[in-house]
Amino acid sequence: MSAALDRGAGTQAAPGGTLELSGIHAGYGDFQALFGIGLRVEPGEAVGVVGPNGAGKTTLLRVISGLIRPTAGSLRFGEQDLAATPAHLLPSLGIAHVPENRRLFPHLTVEENLKVGAFSPAARAHFAERRDRVYDLFPRMKQRRHQLAGTMSGGEQQMCAIGRALMCAPRILLLDEPSAGLAPIVVKQVFDLVRRIREEGLTVLIVEQNVAQVLRVVDRAYVLETGRVAAEGRSAELVADPAIRRSYLGGH
Amino acid sequence: MDSFLLEALVNGILLGGVFALPALGLNLVFGVVDVVWLCYAELVMVGMYAVWFLYTQAGWPLWMAFAACLPVVSLLGLLLHLFVVRPLLAAPPINQVLATGGVLFLLQGAMTLIFRTDFRSLGVDMPPMEVGEIFVSGTKLAAFCAALVGAALLWAFLKFTYVGTAIRAIARDREVMPLMGVDPQRIYLIASAVGGALAGLAACLLVVQLDVHPFVGLSFGPITFMICVMGGLGNMLGGFLAAFIMGIIVSVGGFWGTTEFSYVVAFAFFIVTIFARPRGLFAR
Ligand SMILES: Nc1ncnc2c1ncn2[C@@H]1O[C@H](COP(=O)(O)OP(=O)(O)O)[C@@H](O)[C@H]1O
Ligand SMILES: [Mg+2]
Repeated sequence: MSAALDRGAGTQAAPGGTLELSGIHAGYGDFQALFGIGLRVEPGEAVGVVGPNGAGKTTLLRVISGLIRPTAGSLRFGEQDLAATPAHLLPSLGIAHVPENRRLFPHLTVEENLKVGAFSPAARAHFAERRDRVYDLFPRMKQRRHQLAGTMSGGEQQMCAIGRALMCAPRILLLDEPSAGLAPIVVKQVFDLVRRIREEGLTVLIVEQNVAQVLRVVDRAYVLETGRVAAEGRSAELVADPAIRRSYLGGH
Repeated sequence: MDSFLLEALVNGILLGGVFALPALGLNLVFGVVDVVWLCYAELVMVGMYAVWFLYTQAGWPLWMAFAACLPVVSLLGLLLHLFVVRPLLAAPPINQVLATGGVLFLLQGAMTLIFRTDFRSLGVDMPPMEVGEIFVSGTKLAAFCAALVGAALLWAFLKFTYVGTAIRAIARDREVMPLMGVDPQRIYLIASAVGGALAGLAACLLVVQLDVHPFVGLSFGPITFMICVMGGLGNMLGGFLAAFIMGIIVSVGGFWGTTEFSYVVAFAFFIVTIFARPRGLFAR
């Protein structure tokens, strides 16, 4: 693991840890959005989740990071039973979630956004060092450190949101449609960035509508349709699958 | 300028400083917890009784009575959150208003039972000071300075600490806070304690200027709510500035008429501003 994303001294978590979901049911009140999802992400892997709008991709990430509790099924990260862990303790276990639409604090500066990302006691002790690493990764953020986050371009806001998530020195990064709403050239930058992050050894679980692009970045992917896993496989297999090509790659 | 008018203006600014504290406290709690503490002025009233009791009855030195007032009212804010607000966080806003309104009557009733309805005076006053052509009450000037120090400390807390930054963040987006490792319930508790401490500080500054009785909250509670709405509910800077505007209106209005008249002017100004700028004077 490179210096840029090293958890640094003083953090309790051991490297590695497999994220494993099985038979996950979840929803909103009476509405069920996920029906028995099984998913596995090994340490160091980059895994994609694709599927049409409303398939339950965002819900899936929110279940993993504890914002929604599953109504059935098991959810583990390494030795840890996530279903029994309060959501706000997950960042210190090494799980970081960049939510859909970034959800930056627009009225706070870039650096203040990073500071909120380092709220956990374990992260506070390493604030300066990790902030500098985020600035190494995104020199643009360093230039704009005192600018209000809401005044930046979409691509810059996405970098800031990823930087904020990296402040807890995660072992796994959950990304929800990081390329949504960005201009094509910026989309390319975001995917380059995801590639860099994973090359540095961080485990990545990424949700995308941009299927063609994401399959070039991840090792494996799951196709979600109406709350169920409709297909899964290695990226190369999925790209070659005629059904996938027809539905998601506009292909022949 | 007429030196009496100038004096009224200066007094208005001094008054604004004291109004600013409860406005900041109320806005802080509302911004973070999203619940209006209708009984805020009554928390201040209890703090005023605490100072009065410790100083005149228990014989404590005044500074010790002041120092005790802050944690006492802060604790009261914590208890209010734990036992009244927290159970109603998911309830409709009207239930929250009714519940904190109930606490208002509870506190008035409790203080009436314990201390009866007599007006209690601390009986301390600092000599007036002559500045140029005008006289300024030493007590009011000291209260104003203390209010500014309190506001500056609050600002530094919100600006420079992790918890303060999280407080400013949570006011905008509570749902994502756990992703940052923040337990919103803990932030609510801290904001309630800080809101209570601000009420405690306001109590110290008011008890040297006003006699305390169970209904003293009526003499500054309504104006505090008007200030918060004028500044934009939850907008701390807006509330702070609106406090000075209201202080000046009340003081200068009182210069031409009675105190009652000055409150009528303040209320009329309030009504005009909420029609002209429903989201507050400083809304963008
Ligand atoms: N907060 C919510 N309350 C109720 N239903 C929701 C909520 N969020 C999403 N849903 C529903 O859950 C389903 C899955 O949504 P989502 O996970 O956002 O899908 P995706 O991210 O794949 O577009 C959709 O039918 C959506 O309407
Ligand atoms: Mg989504």
